[in-house]
Amino acid sequence: MIRLAVRQFRDSAWTALAGLISLVAVVLATRPHLTEAAAAARRDCGSDARCPALVSFVLDNTGSRTVAGLLVIVVPALIGAFWGAPLIAREFEAGTHRLVWAQSISRGRWLAVRLAVVGTATVAATTLLSMLVTWWAAPLDDSAAAVYGTFDARDLVPIGYALFALALGVVAGLVTRRTLPAMAITLAGLLTVRIMVTEWVRPLVVAPRVMDRPLDPDTTGYGSGGNILLGIGESRLDPEPPDIPDAWIQSTDIVDAAGTPLTDQVLKASCPTIGQESGGGPARPVTEAVRQEMHDCVVRIGERYHEVVTFQSGDRYWTFQWWELAVFVALAAVLVACAGYRVRRFSGG
Amino acid sequence: MILETEALAKRYRRRWALLDGTVSIPDGAIVGLVGPNGAGKSTFLQLIVGLLAPTGGTVRVLGGTPDAAMRSGRVGFVAQDAPTYAGLTVADHLQLGAGLNPHRWDAAAARERTERLGLAPGQRAGRLSGGQRAQLALTIALSKRPDLLVLDEPVAGLDPLARRAFLDETVAAATDAGSAVVLSTHLVADLARTCTHVVVIAAGRVRLAEAITDPAGLERVVLDELGRAA
Repeated sequence: MIRLAVRQFRDSAWTALAGLISLVAVVLATRPHLTEAAAAARRDCGSDARCPALVSFVLDNTGSRTVAGLLVIVVPALIGAFWGAPLIAREFEAGTHRLVWAQSISRGRWLAVRLAVVGTATVAATTLLSMLVTWWAAPLDDSAAAVYGTFDARDLVPIGYALFALALGVVAGLVTRRTLPAMAITLAGLLTVRIMVTEWVRPLVVAPRVMDRPLDPDTTGYGSGGNILLGIGESRLDPEPPDIPDAWIQSTDIVDAAGTPLTDQVLKASCPTIGQESGGGPARPVTEAVRQEMHDCVVRIGERYHEVVTFQSGDRYWTFQWWELAVFVALAAVLVACAGYRVRRFSGG
Repeated sequence: MILETEALAKRYRRRWALLDGTVSIPDGAIVGLVGPNGAGKSTFLQLIVGLLAPTGGTVRVLGGTPDAAMRSGRVGFVAQDAPTYAGLTVADHLQLGAGLNPHRWDAAAARERTERLGLAPGQRAGRLSGGQRAQLALTIALSKRPDLLVLDEPVAGLDPLARRAFLDETVAAATDAGSAVVLSTHLVADLARTCTHVVVIAAGRVRLAEAITDPAGLERVVLDELGRAA
């Protein structure tokens, strides 16, 4: 049975191997330049972690760093669509389930062996891919000091995404019995679950650290944020997030000593002219008078209010990595159990 | 009895594909299952080999459930259109048969049969003719040395000369191995030469199930029965 499962997977395995070998070649060819450039920037900077040479080293390589990250993010989706979805759907399409399910081996065992073969390949391929990219990007990541910015394209989590995508593809193929719809469901499902976990589950893993600090009149601005899809928020007083290396800033709020947030009424009462200058049109430098008015306004507000920052520090990076891996592996396990149940109880029709 | 079904029924969503299927087949019988397209023949055969679960009624194959009979490797099945893996070679298919039936596989017989039929081991199944593919699928089923061989429309894709040769060869092989055979077809002419029993299915119901005593008059009997059903 293992021979059949391996034989059926052979072409996919060669494709994956070819892709990985070319990636190894690219990584080995380009990484020495990165380490050299990083070392040069560090020599210029000494102990200053925010000096211009380091910043421009990171900025100069933004393109290739983004491509490398995208590769790690896209490969799990491809594994789900091209290894997971056809695994059972193609058997239905070709009618070969009537050949393979009419032999001595039980359907449950058949599925278990096929999943074991493809699952092992998935873990091997994504582990190797993630290790390669993590190692290649290490000089850049160290200089950028923003571990959470590349969180889902490094280290452990890609393995979890890939296993989940694979299991989702298998179940989708088993339900739809056709490869193309199963591929579409896999991609849409992976995207949805990734967004949901990133937005809602990841922040729940550990309670954030909290930091109080006075409002800085020089870096606090006024405006609104958001995007067209989810809506643009109300304009508000907006302190600049603190510059903590490797931290994931979750929120910055302005509250008084009792913890009550700054309301629009209080703000308008203290600074009657705020927000009136912006009449739309193209962005332009503000006049010195407006700047001074803003500065005075923040100073007045700062007498009663201060800034509260919630953040996750860089030393929790691995906690988040392990948790997210566990979440996706658990989801994959549930899907595999569903597939096993459905295959054993398959009654045709 | 090698196969007994009682009040066997199968419903696909709203439509009943089979109703009240009751037959009993003695050891060593060569049974022809005949009926028009869409009569429920495939459904009946897939119920026997456990690829479908019945909505009602019971099936006993080799004295047990279809599932147990399939697990024992004593039942060989070739589905309609003889599905094979287009990308795998003839040799791959024989390995597949060996791997999927570890306790019941006659590798020597499988090799001998493919050689005799001119199936090159390195040939991909997708490049075989319809008849060759049917032979390959049948080889996998026969190499389990089955007590019961179930064939769903094994000759549907073959020209008249090839169907006769295929049926004669199949029955000879099954008789040598001591297997009972249940095969379906929509042509009565296929049955008269080869079968010992006939089962007529029309519109999801078993109309007739009996031993063939008069091969020459079989066509008339079957057509009368189908005419009554219509």
